Amino acid sequence: MSDPRYSIGIDLGTTHCALSYVDFSASDGEKTTQEILPVTQLTAPATIDNLPLLPSFLYLPHPSELAPFDLGLPWTGERDFAVGEMARSRGAGTPIRLVSSAKSWLCHPGVDRRAAILPNDAPPEVARVSPLETSIRYLTHLREAWDHAHPDAPFGEQQITVTIPASFDPAARELTAEAAQAAGYAGMTLLEEPQAALYSWIQKSAGEWRKQVRVGDIILVVDVGGGTTDLSLIAVVEREGNLELHRVAVGEHILLGGDNMDLALAHVVARKLAAQGTQPDPWQLRALTYACRAAKETLLTDAATDAVPLVVPSRGAKLIGGSIRTELTRAELTLTILDGFFPLVESNARPVSRARVGLTQLGLPYAQDAAVTRHLAAFLARQVAALAELEGLQGAQLDGASFLHPTAVLFNGGVFKSPLLVERILQTLNGWLAAEGAAPARLLEGADLDLAVARGAAYYGYVKRGQGVRIRGGIARAFYIAVESAMPAVPGLEPPVQALCVAPFGMEEGTEAELPAQEFGLVVGEPVHFRFFGSSVRRHDQVGTLLDYWSPEELQELDEIQATLPPEGRSPGEIVPVKLHARVTEAGTLELEAIPRGTGERWKVEFDVRGNANV
Amino acid sequence: MTDSNVSFLGRISLAVGTFFSILGDGEFAARVQRLRSGAPVTAAPVPTAAPVATPAAAPAAQPAAAMKQASPDAALQLLGLLQRDARFIDFVEEDVAGYSDADIGAAARVVHGGCRTVLREHFTIRPVREEAEGSRVTLPEGFDATAIRLTGNVVGKAPFTGSLSHRGWRVQDVRLPKLAASHDTSVIAAAEVEL
Repeated sequence: MSDPRYSIGIDLGTTHCALSYVDFSASDGEKTTQEILPVTQLTAPATIDNLPLLPSFLYLPHPSELAPFDLGLPWTGERDFAVGEMARSRGAGTPIRLVSSAKSWLCHPGVDRRAAILPNDAPPEVARVSPLETSIRYLTHLREAWDHAHPDAPFGEQQITVTIPASFDPAARELTAEAAQAAGYAGMTLLEEPQAALYSWIQKSAGEWRKQVRVGDIILVVDVGGGTTDLSLIAVVEREGNLELHRVAVGEHILLGGDNMDLALAHVVARKLAAQGTQPDPWQLRALTYACRAAKETLLTDAATDAVPLVVPSRGAKLIGGSIRTELTRAELTLTILDGFFPLVESNARPVSRARVGLTQLGLPYAQDAAVTRHLAAFLARQVAALAELEGLQGAQLDGASFLHPTAVLFNGGVFKSPLLVERILQTLNGWLAAEGAAPARLLEGADLDLAVARGAAYYGYVKRGQGVRIRGGIARAFYIAVESAMPAVPGLEPPVQALCVAPFGMEEGTEAELPAQEFGLVVGEPVHFRFFGSSVRRHDQVGTLLDYWSPEELQELDEIQATLPPEGRSPGEIVPVKLHARVTEAGTLELEAIPRGTGERWKVEFDVRGNANV
Repeated sequence: MTDSNVSFLGRISLAVGTFFSILGDGEFAARVQRLRSGAPVTAAPVPTAAPVATPAAAPAAQPAAAMKQASPDAALQLLGLLQRDARFIDFVEEDVAGYSDADIGAAARVVHGGCRTVLREHFTIRPVREEAEGSRVTLPEGFDATAIRLTGNVVGKAPFTGSLSHRGWRVQDVRLPKLAASHDTSVIAAAEVEL
């Protein structure tokens, strides 16, 4: 394989994908030549267009729904599915054949992510696909679109970076890596989206970023995408005279994004229409959601506008006679978006979680509390001690702080094109800071809100080859497996478990954890399951640390892991003592291996992604 | 039709009329198509065809050398886009006589927003002259008479000095979607049947 010519960054988003690339030969130092690939895709049957984004939608048409060649692409004659803009628009009329939010399903611990379960409300006749397969199709489309546009620089020979939410657990990371592998992405690296946003900001500043941040700064990255909200903290430290960036903490997985806001607005307007005696049907509600998005953007950008007229066009040919007219007022917007999603709360506010009642329908586990500011308050409080371990920043925080004090904020995501929302978050955060006697946080300006993640990912691939500053930090969690403690069994009580640390916080890509002393008995030929935990706050635990007690805040249970020892050279049923060994691959995934005593063998331990209703 | 300076209202009427003629009369559509491609569309962003209305003003005067080979696909495709994103055909085909201005205005928002989306997505349109309307401009000898139309007291020799009454529009780039060769462009909006 020849040296790559481009560093390609791919934003595999919940609602949109984008591809950006840096030309190695035309870039030097912090001056880079960067482009966005217009993605060739179907926009209507038999119609091909190049759009800057690939909507993350997959449409599975009925065999007699389309004419032959309607699904053809410039590089392949016939396909039996569509991804991108056509899938999105076609699926709006036929939702039972539309797969959307596949990324959220990919990290849904309650379902089997390799099983054909999507669209989840499709009738039995529709041949469903798995969340993994859906991701493979998006990634494959992007590779093919690249190869079509760059026949002289095959995708497989370029340096590839794919982004994931910082909050993705090891199983979701591994599934993304597996999807990329299956889509023909050789030697791909994963990058967390908030980091990509910061890389993009650095790249855009063309060296000026050093003047905008200083040693000791704690940058809070608030990334609100179409479907997820992702929080990260990145510290600026000095090492050997150079500024260095260190990602110190990442937030929980919050399924809450711009799409939820549009939908909430549409329901507000639909209620208003219902009160006037007009009941919008599902088709009109979708059109209303679309109209609300545009109205929201107008109201959030222009503070002088008090109301935006909304028109829901009729479905039939009578446009004037059949359309529904209404408006979205500033009061409704303030109540729904600002007070609903970004309320001014105290720093001790926490997200409300309602107990799920009875049997819930199997769907996506959307955040129960829509207030982004409450999630932010919880995140900063949980990470109050995040800097204690970082050389050069101990003591940087005020004594008695009840939450970690950021000094600068970087926003990412289309919703932050609105100065009102940026202002609201800064106002809330600075209120908390003022209450504890800390200086207000600054806004890092000049971010590219829509394409920052793809751009940052491409720039990261460039930086990895030795040009420019890198964000360090390693894995943002420590990982544990449950072991049963040696206590006499008490009838009716589950035996108490201890958590054994197998991977410490901050392991970097391409490193291995040491081998723990503890051994486990694996039964040859039979899968053995371990409960698996992650902690985003326990930074001290080393490999082999045993926890007897932890609070639900400290350790979160993840997908189970499963080890199977093949029977070769052993008799089935035999119990073999093994040690569990963790390493972080160059791609950025966590791998666990079982190492039998006294042999050089290593057996891969799998994340069980078949879904566990208890998680 | 041979008037060299159609009024603005006249041009609107001509433009709408032309759309229907294109729709109803394949041969006419082919002529418009040919007329539009009269200025060759090359790979470089050379100024290309003006909006349909203007060249359609004088179709009879053009020689019809290569008439039989042109196809109306691009015009039909544009109509399809305008219908899909702006409900253009629905709007123009509907009888507005019975509706109030408020009702028509509401529908016009859909049409206006959609037409704008189509224009911005598929064309790059720039004013022919960047000066503000009303300002004085001087045209040197050999100015482009296609791009600039002299009106009023047209006497004497270049350089001409006058007041800019309309900045003009020039399409710098056309980005129409590609269509599969077998695709029937005459269906500009498929009938919808909900099951």
